[in-house]
Amino acid sequence: MNNVALIPAGTMFFLSPLLVGIINKTKAFFAGRQGVPLLQAYYDIYKLLHKGAVYSRTTTWVFRAGPAVGLGVLFLAALIVPCGSTGSVISFPGDIILLAYLLGLARFFMALAALDTGSSFEGMGASREMHFSVLAEPAFILGIAALMRQTGELSLGGIYGSLSPHLWLSAGPVLIFVCAALMLVLLAENCRVPVDDPNTHLELTMIHEVMVLDHSGPDLAFILYSQCLKLWVFGTLVAGLVVPAASGNAVLCFCVFAGSMAMVSVITGVVESIMARFRLIKIPLLLIGALSLSILALLFQVR
Amino acid sequence: MTFLFILLGIFFLTGLICLLLDRAPKLATLVGVSGISAGSVIGLAGAFSVLIHGSPVSFKCPWPVPYMSLSFTVDALSAFFLIPIFFLSLLSAVYGAGYVTSWYGKKPIGPLWCFFSFLVGSMALVVTSSNALLFLMAWEIMTLASYFLVVYEDEKEHVREAGITYLIATHIGTAFLLVFFILLGTRKGSLDFDAFGGYGAGVSGILFLLALIGFGTKAGFIPFHVWLPEAHPAAPSHVSSLMSGVMIKTGIYGIARTIVFLGAAQCWWGWALICIGFVSGVLGVLFAIAQHDIKRLLAYHSVENIGIIAMGFGLGILGVSYNAPLVAVLGFSGGLLHVLNHAIFKGLLFLSAGSVVKAMGTHDIEDMGGILKKMPVTGATFITGAAAISGLPPFNGFVSEFLIYCGAFYGITQSPQIFVASVSVILGLALIGGLAAACFTKASGIMFLGEPRTDKAAKALESGFFMKAPIIALALSCLAIGVLPFIVIRLCLPVLPCLSSFGTGLITECIGKVYGPLLYIAVTAAVFFALLAAISLVRRNVLSRQGIKDGVTWDCGYSRPDARMQYTASSFAGPLMKFFNFFLQTKRHVTEPEGIFPDRSAFHSETPDIFLRCIYEPAYRLMSAGFSKLKWFQHGRLQAYILYVVVTLLLLLIWKLG
Repeated sequence: MNNVALIPAGTMFFLSPLLVGIINKTKAFFAGRQGVPLLQAYYDIYKLLHKGAVYSRTTTWVFRAGPAVGLGVLFLAALIVPCGSTGSVISFPGDIILLAYLLGLARFFMALAALDTGSSFEGMGASREMHFSVLAEPAFILGIAALMRQTGELSLGGIYGSLSPHLWLSAGPVLIFVCAALMLVLLAENCRVPVDDPNTHLELTMIHEVMVLDHSGPDLAFILYSQCLKLWVFGTLVAGLVVPAASGNAVLCFCVFAGSMAMVSVITGVVESIMARFRLIKIPLLLIGALSLSILALLFQVR
Repeated sequence: MTFLFILLGIFFLTGLICLLLDRAPKLATLVGVSGISAGSVIGLAGAFSVLIHGSPVSFKCPWPVPYMSLSFTVDALSAFFLIPIFFLSLLSAVYGAGYVTSWYGKKPIGPLWCFFSFLVGSMALVVTSSNALLFLMAWEIMTLASYFLVVYEDEKEHVREAGITYLIATHIGTAFLLVFFILLGTRKGSLDFDAFGGYGAGVSGILFLLALIGFGTKAGFIPFHVWLPEAHPAAPSHVSSLMSGVMIKTGIYGIARTIVFLGAAQCWWGWALICIGFVSGVLGVLFAIAQHDIKRLLAYHSVENIGIIAMGFGLGILGVSYNAPLVAVLGFSGGLLHVLNHAIFKGLLFLSAGSVVKAMGTHDIEDMGGILKKMPVTGATFITGAAAISGLPPFNGFVSEFLIYCGAFYGITQSPQIFVASVSVILGLALIGGLAAACFTKASGIMFLGEPRTDKAAKALESGFFMKAPIIALALSCLAIGVLPFIVIRLCLPVLPCLSSFGTGLITECIGKVYGPLLYIAVTAAVFFALLAAISLVRRNVLSRQGIKDGVTWDCGYSRPDARMQYTASSFAGPLMKFFNFFLQTKRHVTEPEGIFPDRSAFHSETPDIFLRCIYEPAYRLMSAGFSKLKWFQHGRLQAYILYVVVTLLLLLIWKLG
């Protein structure tokens, strides 16, 4: 247990909805609009926590378990990922597997909750979600494995603690490939363009959003908040790689880390603004691209 | 040692008495279940005591049959495999007490329990016998007992066909084992296990290949897996649970025992196991996704899990041969623990699927839906098993996969050979994990959730106590191992010195390195449950103030929603099957709607096994054509057959004298 890491980890529970705000502001800027307030995600969560819920008569306990399991998992996931160079709260060799499979648990229960409604739209979303994760998960795990080979560390905290600007000079290609793979996984896992469009209003074309059509009130608040946390979790892994700050000063470290998180959100916003959403058939190819990048990053290190 | 003889005696007597009680089905069930349970409990106690005390016990006495001796050894490896065998036998037998009731008065119950008892006894004999002939006899009893159980519902044609496929496949495996043991025995002229050892590199390579095919057929490695998806669905559910959960593990036991016989492992064995494991794992789960028959789907998942075990063992062998103890210890212990875990969650899944099949009268998941409301216990336990088999925390499947992953991660930092092997293991496990999760979302979602798709599903009833109690026990075991992994890994500790050449001190040190992570996993699980409780409290608090409304599922404003409009298993699996169609070769039968007033349209897809269709069937057709030319020789006239025997004997006599 890393007590120093508790402070940045604690702040992230408050800061994560801000990332969504930054992305939306970036998109508004590109579109020449004023856009929704920066704190809109906070308002939404607050509002939903003060509403009642409507449950379909078709549903069972599985439907209610989905959002709760999702939120519980993402609380834990946020404690596993390292916040900059201060390390992570829970850190042990192979913790990436716990992270990936915890996210798998959340996905499993969200997909079951979607199927529990008996709606063909939500079944469609669940099917696509599980399909894409089949390719995103290996890309994610192998990308981190490439970093393990590079740094010789087996825990996420250890890996991100030993990244340094020097490493970018000596092993640039590996880091670039891993970075690109992780960014693609981030876009896929967080229902961002070009994989999925969080703003779409047509059920047939949605993936993540369509799975939560029937959730309302506090359940929807949990889902929104866990999406914010998920963006944070994947954001930290990309940000820590792009800006490996290893100064001794904890406060400075955290500031740099927060800045790089904001940067990742801006980049996500830019990608969303300048790209169109891919056709569903193309998405597996994109994810295979991510997987190939991770494998290439590993193959560069065979010696 | 006495515990083994007592329990073998109990299983034998139980079988015989059940056979005699053919007229009194209830009494036969009573005797069968109590006999098998008593034997299993004694066996569990004995196996645990051997594992804990660590010293192997053995018994040996000569037997007049040439090369044969009555020799039994229960060492750590045998004891480890005895635990899942007896645990699952006990629970399957209790489940069977509820499952067979519908056959009372219609079909003979006595033989069912007789063969069940013989199957359990022969499995115990297989993993404890230490003479090749005794082993092969036990192996054959196991095969025949399970064959008779598979064809129990022999009035159905597909059951008889499945039985034949099983019988042929498993005997081809046994043929390789015969050669294997003869070759093992030629060096010292003895077929006792303790006489085996000390072979040259070439001979042990051939021996390993023979074992890989012979034992691999029983275990279900691709491409020798073709009997599994036929035999498991045909057997009664409590038998499929036993066959899939533990009987195929005797193949894994055989491979582990071969590693012990052959001593110094060569690195290509590790590569072979990793390749076979990768192919079996990924293709197994892909075929599973394409199935609509729930028991067939589960059977293909056995192929997948055997693949995971093979990858763990492969990593272990590579670790031994490249002298990377951490990789070896974690690979082997992950593989071993997966043997136990797979027995538990696969037993659970087959039994709870069996309850649904019994309540519905069909195997087809497209006819199910909404069963969770009708069968709450069965549904909840199936979902637990589904999460466990997908390797999700906090259940047991995660623990063993985590150990193999950890071994591969340590391998990643090592020499290029181990590095490449580790990367393939990680890729395989990650792909399998995602695909298994997709497959089991489909299975549990389509079977248990949503609205009932047929009348049969709407009228399903929860099963009775005897069928519920074992699946609850299995579901709790899944959770217990997932939450307390650092205790369960101690079971593997005494087995590891048999499999690797490392000393006990080094092994304990290596295992010590994962105690920390496993403790973290336990803590995370505890925190997770606390979080779940807190979140539910928050929700209850909010909803108690704001109220809950009932409604219908959001239907986009459509006014007449119908249960048939739900996503089906085929549509759920559609995108994945299309993506992997190169391997699956799914056949689609479509009747498209035509005309201005279309009346009938239909869609049906099936995915036959490509290995069966493209390799075995053509090969067998060719063989059958060849052998039919010899028909004139075999015409059913007994006198001529006696003449053949006399002529053969005469020729042999002349050859011997001349």
